[in-house]
Amino acid sequence: MTRLRSILQAFVLLIGTISAAMAGPYEEALPKLAADSYADTEAAIAAVAGSGHAQAMNLVEALRDGRLMAAAGRVYIRDAAGPFVDAATGRAVEPPAGAKPVRVNNRVRRAVEAALGSMTLLSPQVETRLDAARAVFRSRDAAALATLEQAIAQESDAGVKMALESARAAILLTKQDASPAEKIAAVETLRARGDQDALGLLSSLPNGTPAEVSEAASKAAGGIRSRLALWSGVQNIWYGISLGSVLLLAAIGLSITFGTMGVINMAHGEMVMIGAYTTFLVQEAIRTYAPGLFGASLFIALPLAFLVAGSIGILIERTVIRFLYGRPLETLLATWGLSLILQQAVRTIFGPTNREVGTPAWMSGALEIGGLSLTYNRIAIVVFAFAVFAALLLVLRYTSLGLYVRAVTQNRRMAGSMGIRTNRIDALAFGLGSGVAGIAGVALSQIDNVSPNLGQGYIIDSFMVVVFGGVGNLWGTLVGAMTLGVANKLLEPYAGAVLGKIVLLIAIILFIQRRPRGLFALKGRAVEA
Amino acid sequence: MTAPLTPTLLYLDNVSVSFDGFRALNALSLAIDHAEMRAIIGPNGAGKTTMMDVITGKTRPNEGTALFEGTHDLTALDEAAIAELGIGRKFQTPTVFEMHSVEDNILLALKENRSPFATLLSRRSARERERIDALLERVRLTAHRHRKAGELSHGQKQWLEIGMLLAQQPKLLLIDEPAAGMTDQETAETADLLRDIAKTQAVVVVEHDMTFVRDLDVKVTCLHEGSVLAEGTLDAVSANERVVEVYLGR
Amino acid sequence: MTTQSALDRQSIIVLALLGAAAILVPVLNMAVAPGSPLHLSDHLVPLIGKYVCFALLALSVDLIWGFCGILSLGHGAFFALGGYAMGMYLMRQIGPRGVYADPVLPDFMVFLNWKELPWFWHGIDWLPFAALMVLVVPGVLALVFGWFAFRSRVTGVYLSIITQAMTFALMLAFFRNDMGFGGNNGLTDFKDIVGFPIQSASTRIVLFVLSVAALAGGYLLCRWVVNSKFGKVLVAIRDAESRTRFLGYRVEHYKLAVFTLSAMLAGVAGALYVPQVGIINPSEFAPANSIELVIWVAVGGRGTLAGPILGAFLVNAGKTWFTGVLPEFWLFALGGLFVFVTLLMPRGILGAATDLWAGGARRIKSRPVPETVSQAAE
Repeated sequence: MTRLRSILQAFVLLIGTISAAMAGPYEEALPKLAADSYADTEAAIAAVAGSGHAQAMNLVEALRDGRLMAAAGRVYIRDAAGPFVDAATGRAVEPPAGAKPVRVNNRVRRAVEAALGSMTLLSPQVETRLDAARAVFRSRDAAALATLEQAIAQESDAGVKMALESARAAILLTKQDASPAEKIAAVETLRARGDQDALGLLSSLPNGTPAEVSEAASKAAGGIRSRLALWSGVQNIWYGISLGSVLLLAAIGLSITFGTMGVINMAHGEMVMIGAYTTFLVQEAIRTYAPGLFGASLFIALPLAFLVAGSIGILIERTVIRFLYGRPLETLLATWGLSLILQQAVRTIFGPTNREVGTPAWMSGALEIGGLSLTYNRIAIVVFAFAVFAALLLVLRYTSLGLYVRAVTQNRRMAGSMGIRTNRIDALAFGLGSGVAGIAGVALSQIDNVSPNLGQGYIIDSFMVVVFGGVGNLWGTLVGAMTLGVANKLLEPYAGAVLGKIVLLIAIILFIQRRPRGLFALKGRAVEA
Repeated sequence: MTAPLTPTLLYLDNVSVSFDGFRALNALSLAIDHAEMRAIIGPNGAGKTTMMDVITGKTRPNEGTALFEGTHDLTALDEAAIAELGIGRKFQTPTVFEMHSVEDNILLALKENRSPFATLLSRRSARERERIDALLERVRLTAHRHRKAGELSHGQKQWLEIGMLLAQQPKLLLIDEPAAGMTDQETAETADLLRDIAKTQAVVVVEHDMTFVRDLDVKVTCLHEGSVLAEGTLDAVSANERVVEVYLGR
Repeated sequence: MTTQSALDRQSIIVLALLGAAAILVPVLNMAVAPGSPLHLSDHLVPLIGKYVCFALLALSVDLIWGFCGILSLGHGAFFALGGYAMGMYLMRQIGPRGVYADPVLPDFMVFLNWKELPWFWHGIDWLPFAALMVLVVPGVLALVFGWFAFRSRVTGVYLSIITQAMTFALMLAFFRNDMGFGGNNGLTDFKDIVGFPIQSASTRIVLFVLSVAALAGGYLLCRWVVNSKFGKVLVAIRDAESRTRFLGYRVEHYKLAVFTLSAMLAGVAGALYVPQVGIINPSEFAPANSIELVIWVAVGGRGTLAGPILGAFLVNAGKTWFTGVLPEFWLFALGGLFVFVTLLMPRGILGAATDLWAGGARRIKSRPVPETVSQAAE
C-alpha cells in the first residue's frame, strides 16, 4: 500500500511539473494577479478569461467575491468554507502566511463581469449560456467578441444562438472600429430581435456612427416601435379579457337572480367574499392536516364555496327576500342591510385585515408568446370563467331547473299558472346565483386581497355588466363583461386607470339612456307589462 | 263611402307591429268618425290592446299611418301629447290613483294646463269645483268623493276611470273591457252611460261580453291575427263564417 | 282643498320642535353654566347641527322617493357638491394663513406646484356667489342627469343603479389630485367664515340656528310642493306612472323638476354641514353613504315630511352612541335596521304610528286626512 501511494504521489508530481512546464496564458497571467496593480490585474483577467483553463471560471469568481488571495507571487483561491487552493495547481494547500486578497476597483470589477459573461458563454448549461448572452448584450464589452464568435459557431440551441447574435450585434454597433457593413448587419439582427432592449440600443447609437448605419437603425427602430405597439395592444386586450373574466365571474350569479326575480341583490358581493374566505379556510385545514394536497386546494374549495354561499343565499331568500316580492326597491335596501351584516360578521370572526390565500405552484409563472407575457393564474381565471359560463348555460338549457328558471324569467305569472312552483324556483335560483358567486370568490382569492371588503369592490362593476348586457340573458352578461373589461384596459393607457373607469361609467350611464333594457333585452308583451 | 266634410277623426291605414317576429298587428286599417261609437271584438291575441297602444303612443308601429283629425301623425307623438290632442284611454284593469281621494282623481284628469309650473301654482277655482261635482254626479260617486280610490269596489273603480276620461274632455275615448267584473245591473248602466257619451264624443269599446255589445247596438269590427276580419252590424258580423270559426264558435 | 293654507297638526309639531331646538340649544350652551347638568357642551352643538343637516338631506330624498317613487342611491353626491362649493369658499377665506402662506392658492395647490388658481375657483371667495353655486352645481347636475334618465324612461332599480354609478364616478373623480379639489384629503383647515372664526362657540351657534332655519324652510317648501296639485301629480306618478302619462302629463318633466329641486335641497344641506364638521372630502361621495341615508327616510316613514327628519335624528344619534360604546356592533345594528324596516315596518315609525292612532281618530274627523300622513308603501 505505501508503495502504491508513493507511486501515485510521484505521478501527480510529474503531472504538476508537466503542466507547469506547459505554461499557457492562464499560468502566465497568475503572477500578474499577484503583483497588486490594477492595470496588471485587468490585463490578467482578460488573459484568464481567454485561456479556456478549467480553473479560469473559479478564479474570476473568487476575484469578484474577494476570495482570491496573493502571497509571495503565488495566487490562491480561498474556498467559501475556508480552505485554500493553489490557483496554479488546483490543489488544496495550507493557508500561506501573509496572504492578502487581490484588490479590485471599479474598472477591475467591470473587467471581471465582462470576463464572467464571456466565459459562461461556453458553459455546457443552456440556461447559463442564455444568461451570459444577455449579460454581454447589456455590457456590450468588446473583449467578449472573440468568445462570442466561438460560442455562436458551436451553439446548437436556437434561442441561445439568437441571444448570442444580438449580443454580438450590440457590441458591433457600439464598437468604434467595426465596419459599416458589419454594423448594418448588426442593425438587421437587432431588428429581427425586435424588443424594447433592441429598440433602446438602436435609438441611442454612439457618436461617430456612419450615416448609412444611423439611417438603417432609425428605420429598424421605427419598425420595432410599431411592432411593439401592436404587441402592447394585444397585451392590453389580454388584460381586458382577463378583467372581463373577473367581471363575468362576479356578475354571472347576479344576472341569474336579477333575471329571474328582478331582485337586486346588494349582498351578492358578500357571497363572493364568503367564497374567498372558504378558500382561505380550506387552505388552512390543508396546511395543518394534509400539506401534500395543497396543489389541489382550489379544487377542494370550489364545491365547498358553492355549497356555503349557495346555502346562505337560500337562507336569505327564505327569510327575507320572499317577503318582499314585487317590491324591488325594498329588496335592494334589505339586501344592502344583509351585506353590512355579513361584512361585519366576517370582520368579527376573521379580523379586518387581509387573509393570506396561497397560490398553488401550478398557477405561478408565466407563459411567453412573442411579445406577450400571460401569467398562469390569469390564464386559469379566464379558462375558469368561461367554464363556469358554459356550465351555467348547460344547466339552464338542459336541466329541468334551468327550464323552470327560464320560464319564470320570461313570464312569471304564466309559469306560475302552469304549475311551476315559482317561489321554490326563486329560492333555488337565488341559491344557484349565490353559489356561483361563491365559486367566483375562490377564483378571485387568487388575484385580490381576501378581506371583508372584497365584495364591495365588485358590486357596482357587476351591476354595470348586468345592466349593460341586458337582464336575464347570460350571453348578454358575457358580452357585457368582456366589452367592459377590454374597453377599460384599452382606455387605461390613454386616460389612466381612474379616469378610464370614470369615462366607462359615464358611457354606461349614457348607454342605459339609449337602451334602458341593455344590449340583449327581452322584448315583447310579457316584458312590457 | 262619401267624403265627409271634416276628415275622419281617427284613421289607421296598413298599420303593422311586430315583437320579435310575432306580428301583433298585420296591415290593420280602421276609420272612426266624429261622435261614432264602435265596438271591437276578437279573440285573445287578435291585436286589440296593441291597436290601442299604437293609437295612444305607447307602441310605435313598424309601418303604416295613424292620423288623428286628418292632420296629427300619432306615430310621431308621445302619450302625453296624444292625450292633449283629445284621446283618452281606459285600461282593461281599472287603473286609478289608489292613494288619492276620488275627487282628486277627477281633479288630476280635468282638462287644464298640465305643465309642472302651472300645477305647482294652481289653486282650485269655482269652475273646477263645479265640473268635479258634475262629473262625480254623472259617474255616481258623489257620496264617495272623499274616500281613497283604492277603497272603491271594482265596478266603482271602472266608473271612476270613465269619469276621469270624461274630465279630460277627449274627442275620442278608447275603452278596454268596461264591463269586466261588473254585475249585470252595472253592465247595463255602463252601456247606457257609454251611449250617452257617444252622443257628443267618439267612443271605441273593446269588449268580449256579447250581451254588452248587443246592448250598445253599434257598428262592430272583428279583429283576428292583427287585421280586420269583418265589419258591420253585430248581426252581420255574427253571421260571417270566418268570425264564427275563429271567435264565436259554432 | 280648503286645508291647504292652514297648518296641519304634524307641521305644527315639527315647526314647534325645530323652533324649540333653535332656542334651547344656544341657551343651554351659552347661558347655562358649564358645571350645570343642563349645560350643553361645546362639542355637542356642531354634532346636533350635523344631524339637522342630515335631516334636510333626508327630507330631500323623501321628496323624490316618498312622493314620486324615485329611489336615488346617489343623493350623497348632491350633498357633497353643495359641501364642496361651501368648502371652496372657506378655503379661499384662509388667505395667507395656510402652511405655505400663499396669498391666493390653497395649500394643496401650492403642494402640487400649481402656479395659478384654476378657472372654476374664481369668484367662489365671494359668499353670495358661493351660495349660488351651492344651489346651481347640484341643480345642474341633477338637471342633466335627470334629463337623460327620465327622458328615456329609466325607472325603478335601473335608475337606482345608475344614480349609484353616478356618485361612484364622482367619488373616483374627486379622489384625483388634478381635479383641483384637494384629492384624497379634500378641503379642510378652515379658519373663518364671513370674517368670524369658524371654531368659536358663537359662530357654531349661528351656524346651528341657520341650519335649523334651513330645515324649517325646507320643510315648508316641501309641504307646499306636495300639497299643491303638482304634489298630487307626483303621487299619481309614483302609484301609476303610465296612467298619469295617458292623462296627458309629461311625467319626465315632473320627475326632472322634483329631482332638481331635491338635489338643490341636498346641496344646501351639504353647504351647512361642511363648516360645522370642518372638512369635506371625496368619501362623502361613497355609494354606501347614499344608501345609508335612504334608511333614515325609511325608518322615519317615507311619504311623510316629518318622517325623514325623525329618522335622520334617530339613526344618527344611534350611530353616535354605538360607535362610542360598541363600535363593532354598529354595522350589525345598521344592517339589521335595513332588514327590519323593509320587512316589518315599510311605512316607518310615523306610518306605523299613524296606522295605530288614525284607526279610531279618522272616523271622528269630518275632513280628509291630509295627504302627507296618508301615504302607504309603493
